[in-house]
Amino acid sequence: MRANGKEIMVREGTTLHEFLVSAGYDTSRVAVELNGSVSPKKTYKEVMLKDTDHIEIVSFVGGG
Amino acid sequence: MPVKVGIAGLGGLGSNVAVMLVRSGFTDLVLADFDTVAESNLNRQAYFRKHIGMKKTDACAEILKMIDPDAEPETRDVRLNEENISGVFGGCSIVCEALDGAEAKAMLVNTLLSEMPGTYVVSGSGISGWDLPEGIKTRHVFKRLFVCGDGISDTGDMHAPRVTVCAGHQANLILRLIYGMEDEKIE
Repeated sequence: MRANGKEIMVREGTTLHEFLVSAGYDTSRVAVELNGSVSPKKTYKEVMLKDTDHIEIVSFVGGG
Repeated sequence: MPVKVGIAGLGGLGSNVAVMLVRSGFTDLVLADFDTVAESNLNRQAYFRKHIGMKKTDACAEILKMIDPDAEPETRDVRLNEENISGVFGGCSIVCEALDGAEAKAMLVNTLLSEMPGTYVVSGSGISGWDLPEGIKTRHVFKRLFVCGDGISDTGDMHAPRVTVCAGHQANLILRLIYGMEDEKIE
């Protein structure tokens, strides 16, 4: 799988939520684009990742 | 269709972005914030001492009209949430994300990109402290999402110089989108 431009291994059947948590992301602070479409937050625990996926993750920090 | 730009949050980023857009001749704005101007805001936000206690939507609109008397910004005195965002920014083809908290930023960006197909989002993330501003950049991260900032420095300890640098990145990118200078990248 390609994540933020880097090739990484992902176990078949891993959910988007599991991947984000294992990679150290706080899921309440991120936005995710999977294969060119934004993943709504409520789908994170249902979406299964595949080896061919392209994922972009943005993690926001506070201050405005 | 004429372009309308929404500004979500009228703090250090949003108030300065609004001022820069109006100075650049772009006035078709929707200004959204629930807050009032506090003395502690004056170190980085576009307001003046006389605005303390005033709604940020009203104070910001007043400043914009001082720059351009023909500016008629729409104001929305509301706390943004998943339910009201698409209504507040209905008709906006670009929204500037300028909220304070990281969770609120993520909620706004997710809701806009999911519920408003075709709308571009220009977010600010990472503006605190006194580091040299070279780390503050504009990044095209998703098809319809640009993020300006250093991406690292978190809430607290915010000052005019770096906040204004980031607001400049956001205003510049918004103007590039309005005038078609990003078309090659976004098509």
